[in-house]
Amino acid sequence: MKRFLALPLLLSIFLTACGVAVTPTLAPAAAQIPTLAPTAVPLTATPEPQTLTVFAASSLTDAFGEIGKAFEAANPGVTVTLNFAASGALRTQIEEGAPADVFASASGKEMDTLVTGSLVTKDVPQIFLTNKLVVIMPANNPAALEKLEDLAKPGIKLVLAAETVPVGNYARQALDKMNGSFGADFKDKVLANVVSNEDNVKQAVAKVQLGEADAGIVYVSDVLAAPELKSIEIPADLNVIAKYPIAPLTKSANADLAAKFVEYVLSAEGQALLQKWGFAPVK
Amino acid sequence: MTKIRISFNRLLDEEYSKLIFFIPSVILLAIFALPLIALVLRSINSEFFNNAFSEQAFKALRLSLVTSSITTVLAFIFGTPLAYILARWKIKGKSWLEILLDLPIVLPPSVAGLALLMAFGRRGLFGSTLTLFGISLPFTTAAVVLAQIFVAAPLYIRSARIGFSEIDSQFEEAALLEGANQWQLFYEVMAPLARRALVSGAILTWTRSLGEFGATILFAGNLEGVTQTMPMAIYLGFERNLGVALALSMVLIFASVLLLMLTKKIEKHRQD
Repeated sequence: MKRFLALPLLLSIFLTACGVAVTPTLAPAAAQIPTLAPTAVPLTATPEPQTLTVFAASSLTDAFGEIGKAFEAANPGVTVTLNFAASGALRTQIEEGAPADVFASASGKEMDTLVTGSLVTKDVPQIFLTNKLVVIMPANNPAALEKLEDLAKPGIKLVLAAETVPVGNYARQALDKMNGSFGADFKDKVLANVVSNEDNVKQAVAKVQLGEADAGIVYVSDVLAAPELKSIEIPADLNVIAKYPIAPLTKSANADLAAKFVEYVLSAEGQALLQKWGFAPVK
Repeated sequence: MTKIRISFNRLLDEEYSKLIFFIPSVILLAIFALPLIALVLRSINSEFFNNAFSEQAFKALRLSLVTSSITTVLAFIFGTPLAYILARWKIKGKSWLEILLDLPIVLPPSVAGLALLMAFGRRGLFGSTLTLFGISLPFTTAAVVLAQIFVAAPLYIRSARIGFSEIDSQFEEAALLEGANQWQLFYEVMAPLARRALVSGAILTWTRSLGEFGATILFAGNLEGVTQTMPMAIYLGFERNLGVALALSMVLIFASVLLLMLTKKIEKHRQD
């Protein structure tokens, strides 16, 4: 008897993990089948419902949330579905056939990879905003950081995004530049303080917001979305300018709508919304 | 009604009635097997060995094996007495304790990670006290283990509890009549009788902590050699290059199969 001990346990874990009560859901589903056909007809009478799927870098979470709503308001019947993650993760998902219509990346590298793979037409991607880096600290600034050089203070807890994430890569480029100003081993000292390489920029911001980390290097736009944070500016000569490209995808099932969305992001209205969320518009 | 049922049953001769068991089993097995087969096929390419035997992969695998082993040992040391109490002693509020212990099994790991941060984070309920003693848990290997214990130890406790409670109470009575104290009763009678439940519970906890991801990334972060376990390295590999993620997945699957085979063998050996 005891041999089967693990079986009901595994089964119950599986069922609860799915959050599904198996028997009750089966019956109504079967009952609904005949009613589906008649209700589907009148829907086509109103403006054809369309769904536009936009894959966007994590840093665009708030700005694109608002742009998506504005685009829906300007185009009745259109639903914008947004998927936010690190640009590299989105790029892999697109390569593996995720049904995306538009890709907005935080780095040119990920977009170039898609162009090479013919998932984006050459010369179509356009830079739609620029962003730059800033050092953030929790509101109470537990490590009492005041200037950039303090990032090298031994023992502070610094959070970056992983090197594979655009902002993590930009941060390391900025540290390279700082070596010139603060001494050749500055970058190594700072990297020795890194306690975590987060999988996207918003996770890095969250760790600082929670007060778990003493500092993080993120985008200026992230500070606007989290105004309680303290920050240290990085001067232009030490900063790295992130250029965000956007493009419709060649495999999009709604090519017209995708092009229209890109156009909207680059329009005065779209650019104003991006500026509102702390990004530097390109137009 | 009865007539129909009888004729239906006649339709099912010996061969057909077997299909009732066979077809659902095959469908379910396919759901488990096909993704793994696809993963293996996709990961076979010229870059495989470079990706699979990188230093990062080695560090992540070592950290995963060390932390999940520690978690399993701790679950055994602390979970066995708890399971024993829950199964054999008469205490008040037992069902509430059982709900508390089942909760981490059903909660999404992200909730577990948040809860751990709220409790043991620097600004957490107890984290601020820990800070006074110079202890800071987030971003440490200890945090990885704590996250794994929170998520995976309840599996062991549950299995052990069921194992202990299935033992016929006449064994207990006989041992007590012979003058055994509580420890002798446990060590010489109850634990050997519940052995299989304990072993299978430990395997469940071990494999679950090997795959722990959600609570770890929230509570412990991601740093190579310190908190970057295999699931984390796989997730970040996905961002860099699919080949890395695939190769690391293969390494983890291979290691898991190997260790599961080993534990199965131990289990069988003990039974014989």
